[in-house]
Amino acid sequence: MEHIVLRHRNIPGLDKLDVYLANGGFETFKRVVTSMKPEEVIKIVMASGLKGRGGAGFPTGLKWSFLTKNRPAYYVVCNSDESEPGTFKDREIMEKNPFQLLEGIMITAFAARANTAYNYMRGEFWPVAKVLDTKIAELRARGFLGKNLFGTDYSLDVHLHLGAGAYICGEESALLESIEGKMGQPRLKPPFPADKGLYGMPTVINNTETLTNVPLIVARGAEWYQSIGVKNSAGTKVMCLSGHVNKPGNYELPFGVTLRQVIYDHGGGVPSGKKVKAVMMSGASSVVLSVTDEILDMSLDYDSVAAKGAALGSASVIVMDESVDLSWVILKTTRFFKHESCGKCTPCREGNYWMLHILERLHSGEGTKADVDLLNSVASQVQGKCLCPLGEFAVTPVLSSLKAFRADFDARAKDAAKPKPAPAAKPTPKKEPMAGND
Amino acid sequence: MLAEKYREQIAATLAKYPADQKRSAVMPLLYMAQSEYGYVTKEALAEVAEIVGVEPTQVASIVGFYSLYYDHAGGQHRVQVCTDLPCALRGADKFADDLCAKFGIKLGETTKDGMFTIEGVMCVAACDKAPVFQAQNKEGIVYHENQTVESAVKVMEELKGKK
Repeated sequence: MEHIVLRHRNIPGLDKLDVYLANGGFETFKRVVTSMKPEEVIKIVMASGLKGRGGAGFPTGLKWSFLTKNRPAYYVVCNSDESEPGTFKDREIMEKNPFQLLEGIMITAFAARANTAYNYMRGEFWPVAKVLDTKIAELRARGFLGKNLFGTDYSLDVHLHLGAGAYICGEESALLESIEGKMGQPRLKPPFPADKGLYGMPTVINNTETLTNVPLIVARGAEWYQSIGVKNSAGTKVMCLSGHVNKPGNYELPFGVTLRQVIYDHGGGVPSGKKVKAVMMSGASSVVLSVTDEILDMSLDYDSVAAKGAALGSASVIVMDESVDLSWVILKTTRFFKHESCGKCTPCREGNYWMLHILERLHSGEGTKADVDLLNSVASQVQGKCLCPLGEFAVTPVLSSLKAFRADFDARAKDAAKPKPAPAAKPTPKKEPMAGND
Repeated sequence: MLAEKYREQIAATLAKYPADQKRSAVMPLLYMAQSEYGYVTKEALAEVAEIVGVEPTQVASIVGFYSLYYDHAGGQHRVQVCTDLPCALRGADKFADDLCAKFGIKLGETTKDGMFTIEGVMCVAACDKAPVFQAQNKEGIVYHENQTVESAVKVMEELKGKK
């Protein structure tokens, strides 16, 4: 199929400016700047049905329309923090299709009346940023960025800002704090960024994949975009497929493809022909779904996945085969969230700390069935009590696994009913010293 | 001193942000300090604070918060293996343990010659290419994907040659 976001897979060398220009690159940006009004651009994106691809799935055009009017400055920020375990699409976009992302950022900046845009990239993308910086310099040299673009009174520049290893900075207000040179701790909302964002000014903040869709939507129109995908989920989604599949990787597919097609047709199935036991649809923070035929035949679009009690989110599909012990999976996810909690809200900071203690106790052979209940109780108390979604993210896999796979946890308890089940295929992980600060 | 040695880079960094928002440059300046000194020394902390116009304590809070900044020296090369869920499903834990065993250390430790610190890191967005590690040193960060213990040892030997 024709790719929209991963267009470099159809057009070799698309990361070179000349190739990008030869394929209509920056014509849309030029047309927008020289002949359109910002509201007209917003109208097209709104009508296209494009939704945020970073996870929240909020309608993009609507988000832009919320910008407070008549303020002295506006900003556009692209969220390339990409830190959710299981997500690796934005990196491919930046490496292989950088100009389409940059054109998306630039069209968005025009629509938002912003003269400055920032692309916030996680610090680990340091080598990617080095290359992307040269691409931006090329655009300045060729007159696509700078003052009075194409002889109009519109000026624009784009800069990169590197994070330094903090998952929380993927949360939009924490990300803005980080650009301002502060610790990445989320802000109380409202006010939302569209009113008071970067440096207190109205700010549009969108994910990398979202903005990479924009040039083609504006070039080809909302109707074209709506013709791809299904109702309420227009367009394509880059599915990041990882875990127990033969061909892990990014697959850009129209919404409406089934999970079975993604795992078996595109991902080449499960190694050794094993059965799929569980799947997480949007990375480590998602509901753990027990996989049945019904789940495998689920259409991957925002509404259908929500109907199964999960969320499509960033479509970071982690596949786990029948050998996996879910209590081990939750030890992994909890260790991640304990490390990444920013420490601002007590339930998240303390809850993750204690959940990890309980899980480590269970995995050391010292835990009891009462510990499994305690885990459930602590997780339940974090729910709904934190400023940003991280707290919620951390307990979502815990609570859903306890519901669907309670036996995996009970089997770890030293007072579990005998005989003990066969030992899990995964070795008991040790406490791992992690880089940086715990 | 950073201010003299990196005069042009510092000016270019500050120019990316509004004139009254110098503090935004704190993160790029800390990277600069780290590539100069290997980690963020007390002196560097004060230098960065002075350039952006905040208290050294505020800069220290940034160093403490973000995991890619270090306030102490480690091995010349930090070999950071992702052991998060998607990588672990593809054998990253065993890879990390076996790699450490090759060097006679435990995860989180530094080799006796001070050359390598091997440690676990949180997801580096390369889940489809596990096992993966990033090599972090004064030069920056480089990813090494689809690794085996043998290929990793080879990469590390090359790093050692480079110093």
